[in-house]
Amino acid sequence: MGKWTRRAFITSGIVAGGGLVIGVAMRPGNQARRISEVIGDEGGQLVHSYVKIDSDNVITAIVPHSEMGQGVLTTLGQMLAEELDADWDNLRVEEAPAIGEYAHYALGRGYLFAGTEFPDIIVPSIDGMMMRVADSLDMQITGGSMSVRVTGVMGMQVAGAATRQMLVEAASRAWDVDQAEITTEASHLIHAQSGRRAPYAEFAATVAEMTPSYTPTLKDPQDYKIVGTHKPRRDIPAKVDGSVQFALDVRVPNMLYATVVRAPVFGGTVADFDDQAARAIEGVVDVVVLPAASANTMVGGFNVGETIAVVADSYWSAKRGVDALSVNWNDGDYVAGSSDAIFAQFDRDITANEGKEHDIDQGDTGSAFESAAQLIEADYYVPYLAHSCMEPMNATADVRADRAEIWVGCQNPLGFRRMVADFIGLDSENVTLHNHAMGGGFGRKAVPDYAIQAAQLSQAINRPVQLIWSREEDVRQDFYRPAVQSRFRGALDEQGNLLAWENTYVNKNEPVEAPLIPYAVPAQDIGYVSSPTHVPFGAWRSVDHSQHGFFTESFIDEAAHAAGRDPYEYRAELLGEHPRHLAVLRKAAEEANWSQALGTGRGRGISLQESFGSLVAQVVEVTVSDGEVSVDRVVAVIDPGLAIAPDGIAAQLESGIIYGLTAALHGEITIENGAVVQSNFHDYKAVRMNEAPEIETHVINSGHAIGGAGEPGTPGIGPALANAIYAATGTRIRRLPLGNFNLNYGVEDTGAVG
Amino acid sequence: MSTTFTINGVRQTVDVDPAKPLLWVIREQLALTGTKFGCGIAQCGACTVHIDGQAMRSCVTPISAVEGREVTTIEGLGSAPDGLHPLQQAWIEHQVPQCGYCQSGQLMSAAALLASNPAPSDEDIDNAMQGNVCRCGMYGRIRSAIKSVSVADAGSEQLYYNVAGVDHG
Repeated sequence: MGKWTRRAFITSGIVAGGGLVIGVAMRPGNQARRISEVIGDEGGQLVHSYVKIDSDNVITAIVPHSEMGQGVLTTLGQMLAEELDADWDNLRVEEAPAIGEYAHYALGRGYLFAGTEFPDIIVPSIDGMMMRVADSLDMQITGGSMSVRVTGVMGMQVAGAATRQMLVEAASRAWDVDQAEITTEASHLIHAQSGRRAPYAEFAATVAEMTPSYTPTLKDPQDYKIVGTHKPRRDIPAKVDGSVQFALDVRVPNMLYATVVRAPVFGGTVADFDDQAARAIEGVVDVVVLPAASANTMVGGFNVGETIAVVADSYWSAKRGVDALSVNWNDGDYVAGSSDAIFAQFDRDITANEGKEHDIDQGDTGSAFESAAQLIEADYYVPYLAHSCMEPMNATADVRADRAEIWVGCQNPLGFRRMVADFIGLDSENVTLHNHAMGGGFGRKAVPDYAIQAAQLSQAINRPVQLIWSREEDVRQDFYRPAVQSRFRGALDEQGNLLAWENTYVNKNEPVEAPLIPYAVPAQDIGYVSSPTHVPFGAWRSVDHSQHGFFTESFIDEAAHAAGRDPYEYRAELLGEHPRHLAVLRKAAEEANWSQALGTGRGRGISLQESFGSLVAQVVEVTVSDGEVSVDRVVAVIDPGLAIAPDGIAAQLESGIIYGLTAALHGEITIENGAVVQSNFHDYKAVRMNEAPEIETHVINSGHAIGGAGEPGTPGIGPALANAIYAATGTRIRRLPLGNFNLNYGVEDTGAVG
Repeated sequence: MSTTFTINGVRQTVDVDPAKPLLWVIREQLALTGTKFGCGIAQCGACTVHIDGQAMRSCVTPISAVEGREVTTIEGLGSAPDGLHPLQQAWIEHQVPQCGYCQSGQLMSAAALLASNPAPSDEDIDNAMQGNVCRCGMYGRIRSAIKSVSVADAGSEQLYYNVAGVDHG
């Protein structure tokens, strides 16, 4: 790849996406016209790939992320409006269309160069390279708690500031006054000395011909008027009156309904089947076998078995049809076909310790263990988990000979479009994807298998079809949060200080730092061995932090108790080099009245976890009586650098905590004979109103780089809960979920469960 | 075979299999998509509607069971064409929904609760709402929103003049 220059951006046709970071203007004659055609309308002037200014001075922020309940459209709108000095009440927010020009090269940059600061001079070439990379990977991803900290910071703020700067320049020329004398407010340009005041729209056409700055001056956060204040979410009114359109609510003329059953053993195929009974059901139109499918992509790779679909005039008829099928399946390949066998394999591979790859290997762990006054050892286990989004997987497709339309709710519209196109033999450009609000995503809706099925079905029956998965299919054909075993050894000296921390676990995914600890332990040996299974991997809210947060924050608690120390104070003393961590931990302890004793059968537990650029500490209070755990209260403190939407971050913490609590209390996918045992909410349970604790959230705006919000609340609840149960009962929980145990208070006062 | 019932104040006759669940008649025949499919076995509450004022799971209610009865869906919960039920207003004030998919069902369960019990205790709320799963975990906000329009808080019964089951005429 050759060098990218500023001129290359403007003339190469990569311009449009370039707006993301460097703020290249939309100008006639380049490919930006494509964007104008899709999102532009009469009288509107597209001045930036993220900003549209209409003739009535309504400003539209175009956000290249998907809404799945996290409020991203409102939050990113706030970031753009702040730097643009836009009138919030006359600012609209739209999700960007699924076209290549909105590929997240900023996101690619976040993934590949996370945390790297570049000198200004090379920014254009890196941005240019990343634009190319992102476009070729079809990245338009919502995940990794990246929206605000990457697109928001690198895109929205820069776009807003650059556009404002151009507007000021345009006005100063027209009015023949100094730029310094012009102020902006509520989408207006103001020249106080002469009493001039003009709406932004008046200069939109001029600005569209200008080249924005790569590095516009951003506001001092102290001057923020929109960011950091409470702005009601724009998507909420339509979510209280039933009018919001999820993909399930799409109605296409002449549409049929379908549902599917895929080979229950992952990767399996159809041996033979009898569909006579299914076809006899009133309303059933057709029975179609969909081929096994696999794809290798940077995100959303998959490998799924053969599937039988029943097409009917109603979902209900289709579901009855699927239930009436008689199928013999060929099982896919597997070595360990049950959860017990899988955990036995993990144990064997950890014990063998062959080819351990290190996340960190520092100090002399060997001599530390030799000289230790006290040795602590423990094995921890977590099971597979499904996502169980409230809205079951569904997609509607209308595939014609030369083009196709698809309606779906997904976390990666561009990637889905490419995959659908590949599987039905069309070019991406001939596939139009309409992305809808998602009824939950949590990582599941980054894998396009369900959209591909809908398109294949429509192609097979030559009619528009809405494919709806049953909940049973959703639970049994997920891409699962992996089961993991993790083995620890800790060496303590006479005073109870941790000399060494040794940890070996199976199978590593993302983020790489998930198993690391912030505590000052001189010798550390943390790493993993490979122990593959046939259960498909999926990114699940907070990914590897969801397991390692439980492991490491439980084991540090064990160390504190072994040392005879208070678990909060023990942690705090090991955080001398991490003042941000310490501040978050201390705040949580203070707000939870950590030092105030609780009564018999009650206990508090604490946890600390850094993930996705944010720090979260949690204190959980429990009551354990007659072996039943009641989670009474959770105090959570987050340092996200800066909370763009304070209520939004509180809501994300609450949500992440309940999601993690469901996993800790109930979440378990078990494998028998190669297939998933659970099927619906009765045996794959979720926390409900009667189990939901009171959650109190606090934010520390430390002024550091902005962190994520969607995931950081999830990892810390499990360990804080287990630590609280230990405080209440003396029983150490080393295997989730808790629902598998009867915690009879006082019975196992020193024992471990697991 | 046809079934005649009232939905959101309008009489409807549908000619479908009497065993077809009300949920799919509402969504497919009547094109009211605010009521959601979540589990199909009355385990998640996303499909909750009112039948003669009672919160019921429409995914397991055969259409034949509503013959001659009054059904209210989320689309009929408000009072006037643009009016919102006080709970819907409270849902906005408390910024309850995240993904929003379960919220029609949550609101229908909450409205039925307040219609029969205008000042519910925490335990009453637990009992009435535990059939409704929210995977975004907004239970605390749902509880606060319900309490904010309870008689105990608002000190007014007139908030409930239009809860489900009342003729919207």
